Amino acid sequence: MIGVEHYLVVSVVLFCLGLLGLIIRRNLIVMYMGLELMLNAANLALVAFSHYRNNLDGQIMVFFIITVAAAEVAVGLALIVALYRKRQTNDVNDLTSMKL
Amino acid sequence: MQDLLFYIFSALTLLCGLLVVFNPFSRNPVTSAMFLVLTIISMSGLFVLLKAFFLAAVQILVYAGAVIVLFLFVIMLLDVKEEERRRFQKFGTFLGFASVAGLAGIIINSIGQSGIGNAPALNGNGVGETRELGHKLFTEYVIPFEIVSLLLLVAMVGCILLSKRDESKKEETQ
Repeated sequence: MIGVEHYLVVSVVLFCLGLLGLIIRRNLIVMYMGLELMLNAANLALVAFSHYRNNLDGQIMVFFIITVAAAEVAVGLALIVALYRKRQTNDVNDLTSMKL
Repeated sequence: MQDLLFYIFSALTLLCGLLVVFNPFSRNPVTSAMFLVLTIISMSGLFVLLKAFFLAAVQILVYAGAVIVLFLFVIMLLDVKEEERRRFQKFGTFLGFASVAGLAGIIINSIGQSGIGNAPALNGNGVGETRELGHKLFTEYVIPFEIVSLLLLVAMVGCILLSKRDESKKEETQ
C-alpha cells in the first residue's frame, strides 16, 4: 500500500534534483528549469497531504502556486531576454558586475 | 495496480528530472526543456493517482502548454550554441551531487523517523471532487483568487515594460 511517506520521498528527491540544477548548471534558462522542478516538488507534497487528510485546502494552494509560477516564469524570462540584449550572454559566470 | 502505477510514474518523474539538470549526452537547453515536459506529464500522472484530476489537467495545460513553450521561445531567441561548448566543471559537479545527496538523505531519514505513514490523521482516501474545489475557490478563497488575478495583470505589464524598454531608448537617442 502506498502511503503519504512514499510521495514525500519522491517530492524530496525531486526538490533536490532542482537544487542540483541550480548548483551545477551555469546557464540562466536551465537554472530557471531547476526552479520549476523545485516548485513542482512542493506541489506534489501538498497534493499528497491533501489526499491523505481528505482536505481540499492543499489542492487550492497548489492551484495558486501554479498561477504564481506562471507569472514568475513570464517576468523572469523577460528579464533574461533584457539581460541578453544588454550583455550578449546568459551564463552566470559572465554576469559579475555586482561583485565587489 | 495503483502501486505499480505509482512506481512507474515516480521513476519516470525522477529520471526525467535528473536528465533536465544533468544530461551526460547533451548540454543543449532544448533537450532540458523537452525532458521538463516529460517530468511534468508523469507528475500529472501522480496527481491523477492522488485523485487531483483538475490539478492534473491544469498541470498539463499550464506547464506543458504555456510555460515550456515560453521557455522554448526564449531559448530560440538566445544563442544556444555557446552553451554546448562549455564543459561541466568536474569538481563542482561532484560537490553539487554530494551536498544535494546529503540534504536528501537527511530529509528522507527524518521522514522515516517521524512515522508519518502510520499517523491516524493521515490515512484518508482523498476527495476528488472538482465541483467542491471550485466551490471552495469562489467562496472561502475568493480574496486570494482576486489577488492572484491582480498579480497576473502586474506580471503582464512588467513583461511588456521589460521587453519594450530598449526600443523607447533608441527613439530617445534618435
